[in-house]
Amino acid sequence: MSILVNKDSRVVVQGITGKEGTFHTQQCIEYGTNVVAGVTPGKGGTMWEGKVPVYNTVAEAVEKEGANAALIFVPPAFCADAVAEAVDAGVEVIVTITEGIPALDMMKVKRSMKGKSVRMVGPNCPGVITPEECKLGIMPGYIFKKGPVGLISRSGTLTYEAVWQCTERGIGQSTCIGIGGDPIVGSTQVDLLKLFNEDPETELVVLIGEIGGTAEEEAAEYIKEEFTKPVVAFVAGRTAPPGRRMGHAGAIIAGGKGTAAEKIAALKEAGVHVAESPAEIGATVARVLGK
Amino acid sequence: MKVHEYQAKEIFKEYGIPVPKGGLATTPQEARKVAEEVGGNLWVVKAQIHAGGRGKGGGVKLARSLDEVEQVASQIIGMTLVTHQTGPEGKLVKKVLVEEGLNIEKELYLGMVIDRSTECPVMMASTEGGVEIEKVAAETPEKILKAYVDPALGMLPFYARKLAFGLGLSGDLLKKGISFMTNLYKAFIEKDASLAEINPLVITKEGDIIALDAKMNFDDDALYRHPDIAAMRDLDEEDPLEVEAKKYDLNYIKLDGNIGCMVNGAGLAMATMDIIKIYGGEPANFLDVGGAASAERVENAFRILLSDPNVRAVLVNIFGGIVRCDRVASGIAQAAKNLKVEVPMVVRLEGTNRDEGMKILQESGLSFITATSMAEAAEKVVQAAGLK
Ligand SMILES: Nc1ncnc2c1ncn2[C@@H]1O[C@H](COP(=O)(O)OP(=O)(O)O)[C@@H](O)[C@H]1O
Ligand SMILES: [Mg+2]
Repeated sequence: MSILVNKDSRVVVQGITGKEGTFHTQQCIEYGTNVVAGVTPGKGGTMWEGKVPVYNTVAEAVEKEGANAALIFVPPAFCADAVAEAVDAGVEVIVTITEGIPALDMMKVKRSMKGKSVRMVGPNCPGVITPEECKLGIMPGYIFKKGPVGLISRSGTLTYEAVWQCTERGIGQSTCIGIGGDPIVGSTQVDLLKLFNEDPETELVVLIGEIGGTAEEEAAEYIKEEFTKPVVAFVAGRTAPPGRRMGHAGAIIAGGKGTAAEKIAALKEAGVHVAESPAEIGATVARVLGK
Repeated sequence: MKVHEYQAKEIFKEYGIPVPKGGLATTPQEARKVAEEVGGNLWVVKAQIHAGGRGKGGGVKLARSLDEVEQVASQIIGMTLVTHQTGPEGKLVKKVLVEEGLNIEKELYLGMVIDRSTECPVMMASTEGGVEIEKVAAETPEKILKAYVDPALGMLPFYARKLAFGLGLSGDLLKKGISFMTNLYKAFIEKDASLAEINPLVITKEGDIIALDAKMNFDDDALYRHPDIAAMRDLDEEDPLEVEAKKYDLNYIKLDGNIGCMVNGAGLAMATMDIIKIYGGEPANFLDVGGAASAERVENAFRILLSDPNVRAVLVNIFGGIVRCDRVASGIAQAAKNLKVEVPMVVRLEGTNRDEGMKILQESGLSFITATSMAEAAEKVVQAAGLK
């Protein structure tokens, strides 16, 4: 088992004919992901790279190819529309890689998903991977390895760093999710912790947070109340000055809120094993797992 | 993106939100002319910088005659204004807003942001206007009233009523307050703002509700659909190195330390700053070269980061994913050669084709210090900077 995606996921790539879409679709297929369709309005009826059928709408991809997961590479100005289309077509899992979607667009789309069972990850994220089964994203596949660790992270390369530290120690992963660096994201840490709580394959979760917002505090609250597995965390941005956006739209200490110190304190309070240094994430996981 | 008070007030006017009569001036003579046009016998001259707390810092002054307007304006224009939001180095004032003086009966607070936890717009109001609202929020949070607006419904009157009654408004003022809030909501949403703050929102002796101060920030990601807002950008208010970096699509933020950092990815960049600090150093900057990290980008990144005279050593931390380390390494070697980098440089490459990348660096003839883990890299760069 794993969460969100696995070897049975049937993937439709929205924006498959673009430069990014083409490159990363190729990589996903090489990893073993079952890409069953692409969508580019106006290019329906063609074959992408001679192997994947392209449709004009997501609904067609769902109907004709049985797509149940979407990977989105649509440019920011049109991306909210693309996500809404995937929701409307009944896709179960939507992973949005696109960076730079206006916050108000995300707010509306997120609202429209309320009450539906669809799950979205992103935007502005590296995607989701269930090692050795399905890669729905832009991460380098070879650094991952199947195993007991679930990972939830707000950042991309820092995720790779953490995963690599685990893999190098022989510790594999169940599913790794980059939730994205925006203020409003499709799935929050709490949403995904709930899924990991139910996943028998996941023995421990690594949570990689960063400054800005209160998502880590909310995760800490949930962990304290309900989460049954050990959690290892790292929070980036202890040295970040207030009022400055540190790359990610969501990584900003505003009105004195969202500091790393507050988040670390809340997580520790909830019994989470907090790695003080980004170099110690893997070692902390190994220690907690008794390896 | 931030804008000046006078620009926020122009937007307010567009949406029928009442603001004091006034105009912008860049010289004392112009200030006098604006005051003349505004009329009356009391004026306020306000420094226009991207920071609040100007009143306390001496950047907001009353004047009772046209001569005084000119005199006060000559004091403010050209001054280096220090407030709790500018940092100790302050901000050079280049423009002032000259406005009619109001007969203030009461100072209130009104603000709006997108609340991240509930994922909807929230409008906040308080009777404790005029002072630092962060203080009110920390000490007496019950004095900040909040209305979480369902974005699908928009600012229905009941949300505004809730706040307006909470502020103690009644009769004509209640009506004016509700219309004020409704229009503010409209401006915020239509212009893709990320923050609006009116502190103080005043009730005048004449019974009007007016935005005496105005602050608005906008979502950078939405600027593409608001050329009018994008045109309000004032480069004088931004760090020149940061402006330069943006030209190359680099994410650079200048900090106070002396260890330059170049990293791919925002999270890893922050984590790299953190680990430098753990080893006793201070980062000179945040720099995310992005996923592509091509030779050209790397070279521009180096140039920008080295033009900070405080930089005594550089740490390059790259986790090669889809972008291979050997490519990045060639970029680094080429950039270091072209720019004749003189400060010590610690390079840590991990991920795809790491060994090939390291080999390129070693064979480049340049004196890179290499490291395999983040911890080792941080330790070495702090040493190289002569801090330990
Ligand atoms: N037009 C005006 N008429 C009367 N008083 C004013 C006027 N503009 C500003 N003031 C006074 O100056 C104070 C500070 O002005 P404000 O615009 O809030 O600047 P800041 O927030 O940067 O200090 C206000 O709280 C108010 O008391
Ligand atoms: Mg003010």
